[in-house]
Amino acid sequence: MNIKLLTLLGLLIMAGGVFAQGQTVRGKVLSGDDGGALPGVSILEKGTTNGTVTDGEGNFTIAVKDGGTLSFSFVGYATQEIQPANQTNLTITLLPDVKALSEIVVVGYGSNEKKDLTGAVVAVKPEDLNKGVVSSPQDMLIGRIAGVQVSTTDGAPGAGSTIRIRGSGSISANQEPLIVVDGFPLDASAVTGQSNGLASINPNDIESFTVLKDASATAIYGLRASNGVIIITTKKGKEGKPQIAYNGNFSLSSPMKYVDVLSGDEMRSLTSELLARGDVPGLTAQAAERLGDANTDWQKEIYRTAFTQDHNVSVSGAVKNFPYRVSYGHTDQDGILKTTNFKRNSLNVNLTPEFLNGDLKVSASFKGTHTNQNFGNTSAVGSAVSFDPTQPVYNGSTRWGGFFSWVNPPSATTMDPNGDPISLATSNPVALLMQTDNRASVYRGIGTLQIDYRLKFLPALKLTANGGFDYSSSKGHNNNPTDAAFTYASGLGQLSDYTGENKSKLLDLYANYNKAIGKSNLDVTVGYSYQRFDREGSSFIRNASQTIFSDNSLDAEGKPIPRQYISNPNVLLSFFGRLNYSYNEKYLVTLSFRDDASSRFSKNNRWAIFPAVGLGWHINKEAFLSGVRSLTDLKLRASYGVTGQQDVSNNPYPYLSTYQSSSSTSQYQFGNAFTNTYRPQPYDANLKWETTAQTDIGLDFDFLAGKLSGTIDVYQRKTRDLINAIPIPGGSNFSNVLTTNVGNLENKGIEITLNSTLVKTKNFKWNAGVNFTHNVNTVTKLLKADDPNYQGVSAGGIGKQQYIQNIQVGYPINSFFVLQQVYNSAGKPIEGLYVDRSGQGGVVSGSDDNKYRLHSPQAQYLIGINSRVNYKQWDFSFSGRASFGNYLYNSIQAGSANYANLYQSIGFFTNMPARIKDTDFYSYQAFSDYYIENASFFKMDNISLGYNVKPMLSDKLKARVSLTVQNAFFITNYKGIDPEVSTGIDNNIYPRARVFMLGVNLTY
Amino acid sequence: MHTPMKIISIKMTIVMLTVFTLVTSCFSDLDPQPLGPNSVTSAYAYNTPADYKMGLAKLYASFVVAGQSGPGSDPDISNLDIGFGIYLRGYWNLQELTTDEAVYTWTEDGTIHPLHWQTWTPTNTFIGALYTRMMLTIAYCNEFIRASAASTDTEVKRYHAEARFIRALAYSHALDLFGNPPFVTEADEPGSFFPKQTTRTDLYAYIEKELTEIEEGLGEPKFEYGRADKAALWMLQAKLYLNAKVYSGTERNTECITALNKLLSRNAYTLSTEYRHNFVADNNTSPELIFTINHDAVHTQTYGGMAYIIHGEIGGNMNAADFGVSSGWAQNRVTPEFVAKFPDTSGDTDSRAMFHTDGQNLEIDDVGTFTDGYAITKFTNKTLAGGNAPSGGSIDFVDTDYPMFRLADAYLMYAEAVLRGGAGGSSSTALDYVNAIRARAFGDDSGNINAGQLTLSFILDERARELYWEGHRRTDLIRYGLLTGSDYLWSWKGNTKAGSSTEAFRNLFPIPAFELAANPTLKQNDGYPGGE
Repeated sequence: MNIKLLTLLGLLIMAGGVFAQGQTVRGKVLSGDDGGALPGVSILEKGTTNGTVTDGEGNFTIAVKDGGTLSFSFVGYATQEIQPANQTNLTITLLPDVKALSEIVVVGYGSNEKKDLTGAVVAVKPEDLNKGVVSSPQDMLIGRIAGVQVSTTDGAPGAGSTIRIRGSGSISANQEPLIVVDGFPLDASAVTGQSNGLASINPNDIESFTVLKDASATAIYGLRASNGVIIITTKKGKEGKPQIAYNGNFSLSSPMKYVDVLSGDEMRSLTSELLARGDVPGLTAQAAERLGDANTDWQKEIYRTAFTQDHNVSVSGAVKNFPYRVSYGHTDQDGILKTTNFKRNSLNVNLTPEFLNGDLKVSASFKGTHTNQNFGNTSAVGSAVSFDPTQPVYNGSTRWGGFFSWVNPPSATTMDPNGDPISLATSNPVALLMQTDNRASVYRGIGTLQIDYRLKFLPALKLTANGGFDYSSSKGHNNNPTDAAFTYASGLGQLSDYTGENKSKLLDLYANYNKAIGKSNLDVTVGYSYQRFDREGSSFIRNASQTIFSDNSLDAEGKPIPRQYISNPNVLLSFFGRLNYSYNEKYLVTLSFRDDASSRFSKNNRWAIFPAVGLGWHINKEAFLSGVRSLTDLKLRASYGVTGQQDVSNNPYPYLSTYQSSSSTSQYQFGNAFTNTYRPQPYDANLKWETTAQTDIGLDFDFLAGKLSGTIDVYQRKTRDLINAIPIPGGSNFSNVLTTNVGNLENKGIEITLNSTLVKTKNFKWNAGVNFTHNVNTVTKLLKADDPNYQGVSAGGIGKQQYIQNIQVGYPINSFFVLQQVYNSAGKPIEGLYVDRSGQGGVVSGSDDNKYRLHSPQAQYLIGINSRVNYKQWDFSFSGRASFGNYLYNSIQAGSANYANLYQSIGFFTNMPARIKDTDFYSYQAFSDYYIENASFFKMDNISLGYNVKPMLSDKLKARVSLTVQNAFFITNYKGIDPEVSTGIDNNIYPRARVFMLGVNLTY
Repeated sequence: MHTPMKIISIKMTIVMLTVFTLVTSCFSDLDPQPLGPNSVTSAYAYNTPADYKMGLAKLYASFVVAGQSGPGSDPDISNLDIGFGIYLRGYWNLQELTTDEAVYTWTEDGTIHPLHWQTWTPTNTFIGALYTRMMLTIAYCNEFIRASAASTDTEVKRYHAEARFIRALAYSHALDLFGNPPFVTEADEPGSFFPKQTTRTDLYAYIEKELTEIEEGLGEPKFEYGRADKAALWMLQAKLYLNAKVYSGTERNTECITALNKLLSRNAYTLSTEYRHNFVADNNTSPELIFTINHDAVHTQTYGGMAYIIHGEIGGNMNAADFGVSSGWAQNRVTPEFVAKFPDTSGDTDSRAMFHTDGQNLEIDDVGTFTDGYAITKFTNKTLAGGNAPSGGSIDFVDTDYPMFRLADAYLMYAEAVLRGGAGGSSSTALDYVNAIRARAFGDDSGNINAGQLTLSFILDERARELYWEGHRRTDLIRYGLLTGSDYLWSWKGNTKAGSSTEAFRNLFPIPAFELAANPTLKQNDGYPGGE
């Protein structure tokens, strides 16, 4: 809502009196939007209290003095002034007001009109965003905002996602943006037992997202701002009669694709072929008799078509001047992997009363959720790809719950179904699912109370106190029964339970002074903020008979403390300020600072100041552009600022020496007693935050009031004092690596957003949007002293001490670090033959010097597209995104597509991808660059068709029915099942599902 | 309504004061607070002798476990396979795989076979793994020595001496394997500084002095199982002096005998009746063990140490269940040259010939094939009586303790020091000691030797027969000048099947490349790139 227009409207209504003098003017007011009549438009004769309002057909009649000027105003439209002169019949077309459209944008500790912003800030509403089975808010942003890459971790129900704003800004520190919900900055780490902290926010309750990208916007969040900020506000009650809304979704999910592996028959024929060749160690005729005669498709055995339902009911309105909104949501989502499930019940209450004639505003909110998650056993995903298809799911074993499992001894040709399991063998995927009970229940409550008080004697000054709490408590377990063969090695049957408790409390106190002085407008905010996080948890793992503990400890007297405890407090304390100055609504200046302290660092490094400056210029308001009527807005922005990242370690006091007690499985025997051990933890007494300096230049433009609008930003983010765990000299500390501030890295890029209303008539409306991002990420420093032989930081573990990625100066983070494959004339890779890049000779694959850095998992170009068509009562929309230049290590192919993998001499067979024929590799070639595949893709994330039923019950009941396909299709050259793997290593993630959804919305 | 300015200012003052109090009261929250039962800041760490005992236990545990939470999580060392970073596993690899006693099957990351081939480079993973663990153990010791220095508690003072012993033990490995390592003591506060390199001669002198100084502070022999006592110290002294020529250029055989005499005169240890008693799950009951690194399948879980040695010896058609473990890892076998040191492989003649030959080839055509080379059955997680391991823990892990020092070794060192001309011992006692070992091995005196047969080369072979796979072989071969060069060749030494000559600089391992990068003040050992 535009406050100014509302005020004007109010004045008009109060004006009341009509003077009839001069001429009488009649006319009609039309909407520039769709050409339809506009009822309720206020018409005022300037300088008088004479006015009227258009009727239901947009018609009006008003008496005007000679030479009088009429002003036409309506919420959401630009006010127009007309001198009727001698015309007595007017047709006025009101154009939509850009200012009104942009409205108020919530920023850190306050809000601004969009036109006054100097930073790269994007505000979006859920109705413009992705629909579908959205169990977490961040999923709605996928592909929608330039520079913001959101990628779901996997397809598990309730899964989290990674969000990167303007690239990866760190190596080991947290890279997720700060998320602020209704003024409350959320804890970056979810409570134990919840895969996604944001899952406790019901997407249906969200009013708006504001994404702060550049330092001018984010620096007010200081030590937590380096990765950008996402501000979420929830829906509040509006004045008027109670409105009841119901929103229900019903959907079916099913796997999109399976890994193409050998069938039982193919497996048997391959075995006899390899047996004849005799080059798989241990694969003898006797061993081959361990093959079964089944044709089990293990992937079909573990997946299902899953049903999801989601219901939301809300009531909103106002009792006198006491607006309220209460909503309840219930989600019950089955995952496509059998047994997995996500359930959420949520309650959201917002009360926004005002007192003392509006001088005292109170905003109280409470969000309560209870989630119940069944995580299942995701090991089944990988097992299903590699489990021998010649074996049946069940073999009637009485010892192992009826399930087939690989048993000893390897020399026996017939396997005793009840034999001792081979502990290193692949586990029966169905048994993994059915014999696992892995569930957690999480309660969370977030409450905030904000009080704004405007001083009576100094109305330009507003004092705000904002307090809140966030409390989560979780309880979970992961149990396996004693007949679970896969628990044999660790002691039959596993019992694991854990609890978690995350608490956070907040107090913000700030004052805002806002005053117009002539053509200048001054808006100053200063304040103080305190936030404390306490995260605690415990875990307890043992075998079913409670004789083997792998996770408990003894106290000083030797009595068992039956749990492993973690505790991770973090306190942040800050003073902040911001000054917005505008001159003549043309020139804008924003200065902000935050003086921040974090308990993560020692007294010497505890406080840091983060300043920022932003400049804006509404070029279209300059005289030389005043003639260009089609140009609704043209704003040039520039900003520079410094932000920090304090979330550098899970150690609450990484600058202090701490002692870590051992679990009961790492004790030492003195005499007949076992003593816990005390380990001094490595530490750097001088550790401090990471610092990012960001420069941004942007241009906002709008032609013909929304016909074509957009934004272009170029930016450079330079991060220094990057936390890196560097190798340290032996004997100098309590580890071989020390986490310390050494590195630098840089992200630079360009973002372009275009939105267009292509067609806009009464019955037909077509909007389309496209966003484009190009980001280049380069590591610029890693060590204190440059060492030409330093191979960088290993990353991306792929098993025993093997890393496929590397972080090195001059390359993007997590570049693949591989050997250069040699191919034969037919283009087929030659096993074990690599280019001797170092020229040292010898065993080429034995030396890291022969490895090189090739591509990275990070996309170089991202494009998001979306479109929405409304035709009469129908609407059709889609959204999709393309990603270019992102590469993946096909770990499934590398790890299992080799013949030696077929049989392990300890007595079990393993399946392999059918694409083994592409390489015919005999043994595991982990580091061949052959497996670095281009994973560029286009994904059609959503296609939706909706129908708005004609209002019923005398226009009070409105209904909409929709059909949506989520993950409709994707196009890629990547040979695995899904090219979107944020780690860059495709290693059997829980697959994303295709979802068909029926949605029903009712409002009354 | 008119509010007098005075009242406004009073109200404002109250508000301001409240706000000020609120704001400033939170400042102290920024300071560290206690963290619950499993983790404490250093200021709260050591209050009672029991706390100190936990600190001490870490020093011992550093030889056997990966970290603070079982075999697979919360490791002490980063960027390394958790199993590889375990002290005993690394020490065993360097002491055994480089000799005729062991060949490893898998390629791992391509750097384990070069140990056997003697073609290792400064980037070798396994050299780096032990180096890292050894220096880390020294750093842990320094921290504990600092923390316990001021204590006047009798118990804590003994812990303090033991910590110095453990440090001396780790430094003796550094002396033996790397020669010129960086040198840090309790005087060096932790940070990211560059420790100064020491020389082999200086380090030798330092260890000698340390051992002399702490002797009185240590407990009497056998005062508590698993603790380093005076007997452990005398063993370490004897080893240091026996190898003094290698370390410092001077023979110190007399001092070796002096140390052994202190040990042997106590009569605290006797040879176990059965040789294999020293290598079973309940070997803590063997009367022969002087210093052990303790394992337990419930309380001390590890994939290094004995779990590695036992799982690793099982492969081919051997049945893991016979050894009381969950599986065989098919890793280590022996060379035919080692097998030839025994009269036959049956074990009927010499019970120490604990070979598994069925399905195995004597000759090693392919280092990477487990069935090439005879397998060993010396170590087991079954008890002496053949029962299951007493702890009842997961059979991924073992109860068998690592016999770092045992009486038979003391006997053989005594005989060798006498033969090498040390004073204070007698040839007849030496012969008696050797024949005591032989008689146990053969079950009667059929294997006994006479004074004429007691030669230095006999001792070396006898040490192989008696102490194989116990982590002594490389040091022994170097003392005899046989590890490198062409005087003694074995299968795949020098990366040829018949064995070929290697260069003498390989008597020392290189300082790992990553360490040279992290600490530019260090100089590489001679013969390796960057050295002289």
